[in-house]
Amino acid sequence: MTDLLYSDVEESLRASVRATLQRSMNDALVARLADEPAMDVSGIWLTLTQQLGLAGLLVPEALGGAGAGAREAAVVLEELGRSLAPVPFLTSAVIATTALLSAGDEQYLPRLAAGEATAALVLPWTARSGAWTPVEGTIEPVAGVLEADLFLAPVMGQGDVLCLRCYRRDEVALEPVIALDMSRPLARVQLTGPGTQLASGREAQEAVDAGLAAGAALLAAEQLGLAQWCLETVLAYVKERVQFARPIGSFQAIKHRLADLYLVIVNAQAASRYAAATLAAGDPDAEVAQAVAQSWCSDAAVRAAEEALQLHGGIGMTWEHPIHLRLKRAKADQLALGTPDRHRSDLADLVELPAS
Amino acid sequence: MSEQTSDLPQRVQDLLREHDPATTEPSEFLGARFDAGLAWVHFPPGLGGLALARGRQQEVDDLLAAAGAPTPDYGRNSIGLGMTAPTLVAFGTEQLQRRFLRPIFTCTEIWCQLFSEPGAGSDLAAVSTRAVRDGDDWVVDGQKVWTSAAHNAQYAILLARTDTSVPKHAGLTYFVVDMSDPGVQVRPLRQITGEAEFNEVFLTGVRVPDQHRIGDVGQGWKVATTTLNNERVAIGAGNDREAGQIGKVTQRWRQEPAVRTPGHHAELMQWWVETEVTRLAGERLRQQLQAGQPGPESSAMKLAFAHQAQQVSGFALELDPEEGLLYDDWTMVRPDSASFLGRGPGFRYLRAKGNSIEGGTSEIMRNVIAERVLGLPPEHRPDKGIAFKDVPR
Ligand SMILES: Cc1cc2nc3c(=O)[nH]c(=O)nc-3n(C[C@H](O)[C@H](O)[C@H](O)COP(=O)(O)OP(=O)(O)OC[C@H]3O[C@@H](n4cnc5c(N)ncnc54)[C@H](O)[C@@H]3O)c2cc1C
Repeated sequence: MTDLLYSDVEESLRASVRATLQRSMNDALVARLADEPAMDVSGIWLTLTQQLGLAGLLVPEALGGAGAGAREAAVVLEELGRSLAPVPFLTSAVIATTALLSAGDEQYLPRLAAGEATAALVLPWTARSGAWTPVEGTIEPVAGVLEADLFLAPVMGQGDVLCLRCYRRDEVALEPVIALDMSRPLARVQLTGPGTQLASGREAQEAVDAGLAAGAALLAAEQLGLAQWCLETVLAYVKERVQFARPIGSFQAIKHRLADLYLVIVNAQAASRYAAATLAAGDPDAEVAQAVAQSWCSDAAVRAAEEALQLHGGIGMTWEHPIHLRLKRAKADQLALGTPDRHRSDLADLVELPAS
Repeated sequence: MSEQTSDLPQRVQDLLREHDPATTEPSEFLGARFDAGLAWVHFPPGLGGLALARGRQQEVDDLLAAAGAPTPDYGRNSIGLGMTAPTLVAFGTEQLQRRFLRPIFTCTEIWCQLFSEPGAGSDLAAVSTRAVRDGDDWVVDGQKVWTSAAHNAQYAILLARTDTSVPKHAGLTYFVVDMSDPGVQVRPLRQITGEAEFNEVFLTGVRVPDQHRIGDVGQGWKVATTTLNNERVAIGAGNDREAGQIGKVTQRWRQEPAVRTPGHHAELMQWWVETEVTRLAGERLRQQLQAGQPGPESSAMKLAFAHQAQQVSGFALELDPEEGLLYDDWTMVRPDSASFLGRGPGFRYLRAKGNSIEGGTSEIMRNVIAERVLGLPPEHRPDKGIAFKDVPR
């Protein structure tokens, strides 16, 4: 059976990412993004890229990257999920990078790996592998585009052939929209220039699907990290908050809810690790693993954030407390890259349990 | 890697060559497997193992399964295999280990567990069955209840009180009881399914030699904790995708289009995912525990398993409502072997209700997770620090 644990190398990567994030940002900064969406936070990504090479984590060494795999990327995303760092790791270094790798690109990847440019896939943030249509007109809501330099879009070319094209910043029109989760800003995108061809036909189709599949598999890791932060934060709170002359965490009603939440998160961790491991290994079970991870981890993160909010009582509802940021991200993540229900319907096809 | 580690497949091949599974009597094959150190590879050499990591067992099991080799009967001897064996290895004397481990593995001696009492279920440390020292023996008097398989068992693990003048956890001692002792009386206790899978056991002047004590006098609680942690792992679901209750439902779904409705489909996929993630989490826990003993985390797996088994077995009745109204047979039988999956859907539904009670209730599992894994403050315990004899009961 696949190894579902973390290696020492992965743990030290985790420690570096966590330490770097602690130095370069905090929850207050994330909260400010809702009031000041134009605030420049690019320094955080710059630091992660320059110090840890995260932009090129999945890019092969021959193209200037670190040549790591999905298991390592998952660990990074667990940390980004905990901290809600406003960085384009998932959209650029995972989804767009995987699409470019699949399309056999050698032109853009070295620039992405060096952190000189970021890229984004231009599809609604709800798209999932095997369930998207070529774009035309205005596309919304799209994630990861506001700060991007390169825009990968599947379009219908001449003779109704699907093409994956790359557009420069001056070949697109961007308009920010107000998002439920301002820590991952969304925008409306219109393609205005001709772009350059990356792949066509089947290759283009596969490149987009590969990007979205990697996104779904690894979004589970972000959701896991977020859920773990919520559990740890609420545990600390219920041990310390006293009502009725006892810490509220000594009441069995609360203990049992947290025990159940622990179980949900233990399951999420296993599902997320399995999705990352099968993706890394090109295992034939990867599609099942992704659908399972997305249907479980999406709900797990929302549940963790909702439980954490409730057990914080009134303070959980305030703008001051960082829980609302996690809830907004968790709910947005649940809808991103396919809802749990849609992933379960994909799963039904994969495991041959037809709806009718 | 030691030489022993790398030659594991070779050892399996040798065993298969010397004992053809197709022609060897199952208990004889299992005995040879025990002697080859392939019963529990993490047990010490000479005691059915090779002192390897716990996780290496899977390799052995896979190779043997591929060769069609017989496996120990977990349904008949779950307590012997899942609980007594690891407890003996952790706390038993060498004499007890040599006497009992092999027949446990070959299932030629069946075991039961004399823990629960009418007054001590969840509060297991409150057992009042007494064991009083008399020369080289102990004399045991008391009543046990819910004892699975007692009617088939040759031996039992017993938790008894040896000192009432100390707080409840400190006055317990752990023994092996010979169920053929004239002071042991077993009476069937019929359960919700119609079967009498468990029993009441009356112990009157039962003589237990001191050599049959496991662990020190007064250390019974510590020994029992090892047993219970192993029990919770043993109760968890199988290793395979779609094993357990979900497998019964998916089989039917694929074979009978008539049972498919949109609502059932949505629900089926939810349970499929929950069962699968529980399986993966169990696998992850097993990987974590490769070397060590199971700890309180294993309670999470038991809790998850019970929830999912109960929900899925209930859902199974709704798939075919006309059939769901029927039951296969209410006759009281005393089964040889416990099975969650045997018989019809009605039986499976009712039997699964026990999954959240046997081996510690789901509420107790949640307490264990909350306190021992998550570090939340303990429950209020009015009997703490009070001699057992002074606790109001
Ligand atoms: C199918 C089956 C097989 C069994 N096999 C064996 C066996 O082989 N050998 C053996 O010794 N025993 C066996 N048992 C007994 C089993 O271990 C006990 O039934 C179990 O531990 C619960 O004890 P109880 O029945 O006395 O319930 P009680 O302890 O009286 O519990 C009643 C209810 O109160 C709840 N409760 C109790 N304490 C707390 C608390 N602190 N916080 C919150 N809720 C609490 C329980 O969860 C339960 O819902 C078996 C039971 C079943 C159902």
